[in-house]
Amino acid sequence: MQNNQQKETEKMTDNHILSIKNLYKNYGSTEVLKDINIDIDEGEFLVLVGPSGCGKSTLLNCIAGLEEITSGTIEIAKLDMSSVPPKDRNIAMVFQSYALYPTMNVEKNITFGMKVRGESATAQKAALENVTEILQIGDLLKRKPAQLSGGQRQRVAMGRALVRNPKLFLFDEPLSNLDAKLRVEMRGEIKRLYQKLKTSIVYVTHDQTEAMNLATQLAVMKGGELQQLGPPQEIYDKPNSIFVAGFIGSPAMNFIEGELQIDGKAKFFKTQLNNEEILISIDHYQFESAVSHGQKLTLGIRPEYITGIKPDVDDKMLLSVELIPTLIETNGFDKHVDLKFGDGEIGGRFMPQEQISFNEAHLTHLNFSKISIFDRLSGWRV
Amino acid sequence: MVDYLQKHISKIVIAPSFVAILVFVYGFIGWTIYISFTKSKLLPKYDLVGTIQYEKLFTTPRWDVALNNLFIFTALFVVIAIVIGLLLAIMLDQKIRAEGVLRTVFLYPMAISFIVTGTAWKWILNPENGIEAVVRSWGFDSFRFDWLINSEMAIYTVVIAAVWQASGFVMALFLAGLRSVDQEIIKAAMVDGISTPRIYSGIIIPSLAPIFLSAVIVLAHLSIKAFDLVIALTGGGPGYSTDLPATYMYTMAFSRGNVGQAASSAVVMLTIVVAVIVPYLYSEMRARHD
Amino acid sequence: MTNLTMTNITVQYSGNKPKKLRFWHKAARYSLYILLILFALFYIMPLFVMVITSLKSLDEIHQGGLLNLPENITFEPWFVAWSSACAGVSCNGLKGFFFNSVLLVVPAVFIATLIGAINGYALMHWRFKGSEIIFALLLFGCFIPFQIVLLPMAILLGKMHLSGSITGLIMVHAIYGIPFTTMFFRNYYMTIPVELVKAAKIDGAGFFRIFFSIFLPLSPPIIVVTIIWEFTNIWNDFLFGISFSAAGTQPITVALNNIVNSTTGVKEYNVDMAAAIIAALPTLLVYIFAGKYFIRGLSAGSVKG
Repeated sequence: MQNNQQKETEKMTDNHILSIKNLYKNYGSTEVLKDINIDIDEGEFLVLVGPSGCGKSTLLNCIAGLEEITSGTIEIAKLDMSSVPPKDRNIAMVFQSYALYPTMNVEKNITFGMKVRGESATAQKAALENVTEILQIGDLLKRKPAQLSGGQRQRVAMGRALVRNPKLFLFDEPLSNLDAKLRVEMRGEIKRLYQKLKTSIVYVTHDQTEAMNLATQLAVMKGGELQQLGPPQEIYDKPNSIFVAGFIGSPAMNFIEGELQIDGKAKFFKTQLNNEEILISIDHYQFESAVSHGQKLTLGIRPEYITGIKPDVDDKMLLSVELIPTLIETNGFDKHVDLKFGDGEIGGRFMPQEQISFNEAHLTHLNFSKISIFDRLSGWRV
Repeated sequence: MVDYLQKHISKIVIAPSFVAILVFVYGFIGWTIYISFTKSKLLPKYDLVGTIQYEKLFTTPRWDVALNNLFIFTALFVVIAIVIGLLLAIMLDQKIRAEGVLRTVFLYPMAISFIVTGTAWKWILNPENGIEAVVRSWGFDSFRFDWLINSEMAIYTVVIAAVWQASGFVMALFLAGLRSVDQEIIKAAMVDGISTPRIYSGIIIPSLAPIFLSAVIVLAHLSIKAFDLVIALTGGGPGYSTDLPATYMYTMAFSRGNVGQAASSAVVMLTIVVAVIVPYLYSEMRARHD
Repeated sequence: MTNLTMTNITVQYSGNKPKKLRFWHKAARYSLYILLILFALFYIMPLFVMVITSLKSLDEIHQGGLLNLPENITFEPWFVAWSSACAGVSCNGLKGFFFNSVLLVVPAVFIATLIGAINGYALMHWRFKGSEIIFALLLFGCFIPFQIVLLPMAILLGKMHLSGSITGLIMVHAIYGIPFTTMFFRNYYMTIPVELVKAAKIDGAGFFRIFFSIFLPLSPPIIVVTIIWEFTNIWNDFLFGISFSAAGTQPITVALNNIVNSTTGVKEYNVDMAAAIIAALPTLLVYIFAGKYFIRGLSAGSVKG
């Protein structure tokens, strides 16, 4: 009873612009989305990220109403959308191919929706002017999409979305057709626009850097399931599965296999390096679930914690060994180096001034103060 | 109501065509198949009597000739048209001057009706005034080219006219195929020092396999339907020596008033087409899904 | 001066061996052109013979010389073919039948193209359960030998009191054109991104709005291809024409065949040829002026699926 009441008040006071509950989507007998639950507050920038085929675009299409869902509910601005057609969902969408109407010029592309909805010419003009100013596309209005560059098309597509002034913006991989430089530029522009307009956005991408850069809330998906939902920094620091840990962050997190050793009150991560047993103290690590002596674990350590210069941490959390570089990539501001580590390799970040040569052993420090530990069998964080 | 309409609008729009096809293609096929198992003569009768129409059909010498002609005609027509079409395409692919003009010349017969083609070739091939007369006037007095009025050879005149009409089309198909071959593969082969004929025989022509297939299908299909050409060129004659199933069917249906025979011969034609087309369509559809 | 010697040296140096090769190369080029010209003559010959025969008097024709240019050009056969040649019992030339064909082709092409466009759009971009099967069923209609539908169609036209009428022929051609036109449009619309439809749906446009505002403006190329294809097919049709028309309503192909095969009187080959050219002229002109689209239609009509 009390519980119910609490739920009621929660529902009254929450600020969810998008609320997805127990969403399933099947194509015939294949499940493409499995039990998706997402709540997003107004003004959040939600990025759905995952490898191709993870269901992120399908999920976006479901939110837009372009695909029917099999079960569960989607609420936009607290209204159930189950039987609401796309046009009445108060959304706008930007597509990967921009989907500009090829035979209409920029102006008509932007106002087409308003025209269809029967809005007055003056309203159309006002909205058009507003959008034109925000996006700086005044000199493009009379051009056809074919006469625009990739970046301009992108901008027009956003204009078409903005003019709706919707509750929720949907972006379906909007930058993947642009070249690398323009992509970075447009990414910044989208973020700036978001900060200026304070709208709510759901954004799909397969590019984890883009996802990290843009999101205020990040949803990592794999195989139709939601793996983790949270602010990007939290996901970076505390990935809740080996998959998320490996997917988010570039260069990727390093994984070392070993097992748990409990010695009285002290906990160690036991692993092998060149036939030598190594014990790494993990007393500082906060386990999230019960673990037992001998449990097979995978330890994740990000490259920035593998360095040539000795970090200022307790020796207990440090492993200093001579390792042999197998690949050296210079970035200018740092060097990314792959080093032979037992049977495998680990990647570290070294300072540009450090002298590192291919195949010559280099003293390397592994700083275990910030690590993630996963159960090796299930892949989940422990 | 509006929502319902909007949701099902696609089905509603398709429905009339779907019903039309159901009736005018599948219904009519069904009707004809049904009639082919009756004793229908001048008017259709609806009592099933088993396969007597087919028994009669396959003991009729005229049908035998028609079916035989179909196989001779199809085989020659398909093979010759493909050989000429491929040859022309390869020749045109050698960076030829005036390629556009030549292409136009090779292909224009395809725009003409078979009736016109038949009329023209009937005139050219007639022994009195045609080719035979021309060659004789050059001094070859004993030259003979009377295939048109020779019941043994007349079917070959149909082949000539049909090849004339359709080989340019085959050329166009192959030329498009040649032009879409990956130029990098050819460059790689040239760098490897492979001669031009070898590049064609070893790399390019094998890569045209799908075009061979569609050319065979289109030509075979054309030959099974060939009706107008025979009517205009030979009228099925001399005698019934150039009859094809299509002309046999028409004669039975509209001249002899033998609906049963017409139906059964049409069903045999359909069977032949289905045997050729359905596996092709099936493989095309599957290839598209992969 | 030095430059000159330099070039001389290079010419001599590299010129020796390849000269032989170049000869063979040239010989091959010449034979290639000769072969192409021979083929071209073969293809052009029937048209050439038709034209010169149609400009000769009967006397001159009977003197032989199939390939000789006319000594005295006469246009009389053309006038006869157009307005007084005998097709069957009537002796009014081709002109009436020419207009029959026009009367038949225009509405049939229009109906089939319009329906094909909407069908193709619906089947490609508004799929529903079973729409693929419907398309496959439709596609099969492109391949059937029409002999299989002749008898029931004749009976149906009779029951609808449309036997021997142009209206009946229009109906027949429109119906059996739909599978082709649908396929043409569907395959063309396949190249239009699905996202365009999604964007328009979010913009609030419905089925017909999207069709008329977005798809139709994109369709002129395929409309031209389809119209040319249907026009050529229906204009050149003989089977439906001879099966379902009556004395006054025959299309031009049937009339041409009747003129050529009419047994009354003297055989007027020049008139036959003039008539054949008149019958072929519309489609030939289309081919000459819109050859690109014609070829596109041919290949679209053959490589199906």
